[in-house]
Amino acid sequence: MIRRLLSTAALVMALGVAPALAELKIGSIIELSGAGAAAGTNFRDGVKMGFEEINAQGGILKEQVSVLEYDSQTDPQVSRAMVQKAIDDGVYAITGTVFSSSTVVNMLVAKQYGIPQFTGSEAPSITAKGNPYIFRTAFGSQKGVPKMVKYMVDNMGVKKVGVAWANTEFGKGGHQAFVAEMEKAGIPIVIDVPAEQAQADFSADVLKLKNSDADAIFVYFTEEESARFLREARKQGIDKPLIGETTLIGHKVIELAGDAANGAMGHVGLTPDANIPALTEMVERFKTKYNYTPDHNAIKGYTAAWTLKYVTEMVGSPDSKAIAEKLHGLTLKASEYPGVLMDVSWDETGEMSRESFFVKVENGKQVVQAILPPN
Amino acid sequence: MAELIQILVSGLAAGSIYALAAVGFTLLWQASQTINFAQGEFVMLPAFFVLIGMTVLGLPMWTSILLALVLSLLILGVAFKRLIVEPMLPHGTLPLVIATIALGLLLKESVKEFYGATAQPFPAIFPQTVYNVAGASVSVQDICNLVVSMLAIGGLQLFLNRTRTGRCMQASAQNPAVAEILGVNVKRMVLYTFLINAALATIASVLISPIYLAKFSNGETLGLVAFIAAIVGGFNQIRGALVGGLLIGVIDNLSAVYISAQYRAAMPLLLLIAIILLRPQGLLGTPEGRTV
Amino acid sequence: MTRYQPILIALGIAALLVAPIGQGNYIIYTLCSWLLFSIAAMGLNLTLGYAGQVSLAQAGFMGIGAYITALMTLNGIHWSVAALISILSSFAVGLLLGYPALRVQHHFLAFVTLAFNTLLFLVLRNEEEITGGSFGLVGMERPTFFGISTDSNLAFYYFSLVCFLLAAAAMWWILRSPWGRAFKALRENPIRAESLGLKIRRQTLLAFAIGSAFGGLAGALQTPLVQFIEPSSFALIHSLKLLLMVVVGGSGFFFGPMLGAAVVILLPEMLRFTEGYYLIIYSALVIVLMVYSPNGLIGLGQKLAEKIKPRQEARRDLKQGVQL
Repeated sequence: MIRRLLSTAALVMALGVAPALAELKIGSIIELSGAGAAAGTNFRDGVKMGFEEINAQGGILKEQVSVLEYDSQTDPQVSRAMVQKAIDDGVYAITGTVFSSSTVVNMLVAKQYGIPQFTGSEAPSITAKGNPYIFRTAFGSQKGVPKMVKYMVDNMGVKKVGVAWANTEFGKGGHQAFVAEMEKAGIPIVIDVPAEQAQADFSADVLKLKNSDADAIFVYFTEEESARFLREARKQGIDKPLIGETTLIGHKVIELAGDAANGAMGHVGLTPDANIPALTEMVERFKTKYNYTPDHNAIKGYTAAWTLKYVTEMVGSPDSKAIAEKLHGLTLKASEYPGVLMDVSWDETGEMSRESFFVKVENGKQVVQAILPPN
Repeated sequence: MAELIQILVSGLAAGSIYALAAVGFTLLWQASQTINFAQGEFVMLPAFFVLIGMTVLGLPMWTSILLALVLSLLILGVAFKRLIVEPMLPHGTLPLVIATIALGLLLKESVKEFYGATAQPFPAIFPQTVYNVAGASVSVQDICNLVVSMLAIGGLQLFLNRTRTGRCMQASAQNPAVAEILGVNVKRMVLYTFLINAALATIASVLISPIYLAKFSNGETLGLVAFIAAIVGGFNQIRGALVGGLLIGVIDNLSAVYISAQYRAAMPLLLLIAIILLRPQGLLGTPEGRTV
Repeated sequence: MTRYQPILIALGIAALLVAPIGQGNYIIYTLCSWLLFSIAAMGLNLTLGYAGQVSLAQAGFMGIGAYITALMTLNGIHWSVAALISILSSFAVGLLLGYPALRVQHHFLAFVTLAFNTLLFLVLRNEEEITGGSFGLVGMERPTFFGISTDSNLAFYYFSLVCFLLAAAAMWWILRSPWGRAFKALRENPIRAESLGLKIRRQTLLAFAIGSAFGGLAGALQTPLVQFIEPSSFALIHSLKLLLMVVVGGSGFFFGPMLGAAVVILLPEMLRFTEGYYLIIYSALVIVLMVYSPNGLIGLGQKLAEKIKPRQEARRDLKQGVQL
């Protein structure tokens, strides 16, 4: 019975994704349902658009590329199974996942089979485990946070800080990196407020932060919680600067929080508002194609697709192991390789570096305050 | 002091919405022994009807809210009762519990597929002006939410106690067999209960979405909170659900500030366990004769 | 036991033995998770289908088993010892939780277990010195028995299969024992059963605790299968999923939980070609099934069999076969 069910399942799946004579297969394992659906959909569409453009321009090594999509359901165990499935299906590289809790698990499978994996995750632990097949598409928070802390100390003169963060695997990564950096800088954290995943009522959190004597507050939530937090902060009239990452000042947050987002500041790796023509054009193409404004995850997915094309062609064959080796210590200049949009390089651990921006929200728009060099 | 006032006001404002969801919950339980695991999704959905009215059909806000109310009455009230609850009543509680779990999933996934996975801004119905009351920030929105919820629940209580239909509904809930003999159209009374639940869900949805933002997954936490509030307050009393909702709202905020932010979600649950062990009928409930 | 039953069971076991041969790793992995969810669902079926109590903490008991196994095997203790401790701990927690809850009122076990599952999640997440917090625990080795390693997916499948068959045999024995038969009496006519001297509360409590112990075993298997555990794998939503498995398969039928687990794990997979709509179709199917056949798929099968073969004889035979 089970066997029959399984073979039916396998047959149905094979029919469902049957690629049209394509030889090169890429596995896109991504959060299409569950808590990560918003981020995952962006990343997925970025990957899709990237490979469609690549195919339109002749593919990789003159072969058409077919992208096999797998929904991880934002469940680490499912994501692990899906990576396994993609590898069984014969993919030579993998893009995804975005949620770090999934990536830390499923990257073990890709490692076992020697398949290069381009993740959208930013948790520090991912590149700290000596996995030679994992590559970031945006640098980890252990690189992003120091840049931001430096700006806070040097340019804003912050002496005491508070932290508000999502008590999830995502929030914890940012929180740890921030606490460590502050310790290094010798700045005391006077108040530390964790919040639940998908928390809706932030009045207690904001109240505690407001009554503290912190000079500035580091806010590390996902987009929706950030918007709710900003609204409550505006309501209770917090006058301290609120500083965060892309997830505090991204487009979606500005749309959701409205006026309350004005004044929030943060550090972003990739912003559609950065004055980089290649990026702006990509964002325009994306908007026409998918009818919504992409966030940084879409840009990550897009650059992952193009990176894979460039590196495969450098190696000269879709050899998974050789591609992974080639990527270590590689730098791609946007002038030569326009698909990466900005100059980018990877180190021996798969960690990457790139220029980034410190921005402030003014009148519902991100305004770049400073360009932070790669570290 | 200002801190305490702030906690109380915010807690009551949030709690009043929980109360609306919890009251609907207890109504369904009383009328048809339905433990509605989709209650959270019932509160999530009407906000999207409003958004469809405003963005897709281009209607003004109040017309859209009216449209949402009508759609909710039809889908969450009539269709839910006719298509799901009614055929399953003879089977006992369990299959119905499973069906409502599946219904919750269905509503959630449909909104995600057909409207979008990301949160949507929702227009505020009340002005967002903030006043400083003894050092606490109190918004007009909070006060209005509290007042509207209280009016809705108070009105419902009056309706149930003072009108003939209301009393017939109570009779049908307490003893359907006897009510039937006395000439009450029990089926119709049960339908009224489902309609009232749908209307309460719509009110809760419209009040809460400007703050929570409209998102397909909003029902997950809300449903659980309504469930806890209903048990804590007393599963068979409207005023119990009201007190339960307000209490959970305040306790949540109190424990986040004074006990532990990491364990804020634990406090309502510990209260729930304590209530079950010490006063199983709930704070304001009366002991139940039925064993279901 | 009917004449055909041993043959059917032998055929079923043979099918399970050959099922993974020649399959890709993903299919084998899915089969392994089907086996372990079947164990957990079987336990829940004892609580739900036989003792008539709703437990909303079966995933929580899996979590207890998974975390105990992970922490012990990470400290070099052999899996078999860790699994035994996992099972016993789940059993003990089941007793502690069930005793006060069942003392109060019939349906309150559902509420207490719901609260317990959520509290357990918070503890697993917050007490990170022990549990690793939201980052979870990684690096648990798969066990070795008498020099044979279960590292490969195929070996691990057979290892899970052995555990599954042992669990199923234990459940079979429990239900066939006089003690287990008492449940059927209880379920069919509680008042009469009580008048015959059955201690309903004690029976129910033991059923819940034993059902929870099955959850502990499933958790102990999950740790080496996934080799990574984190709190949200054992959140309330997964308890609801297990409940769904039991009821969709057919609660109170011996093979119900296995069928239900297969459906819950494989159906989304089979519906995958519908892209984003599979969860919508899946949940709609569950609603329709519940409306038409509250006894789940096995109940539906019986209904259909009745229609096709209206002969009394054949039907009773079938009924006994699946229902024990």
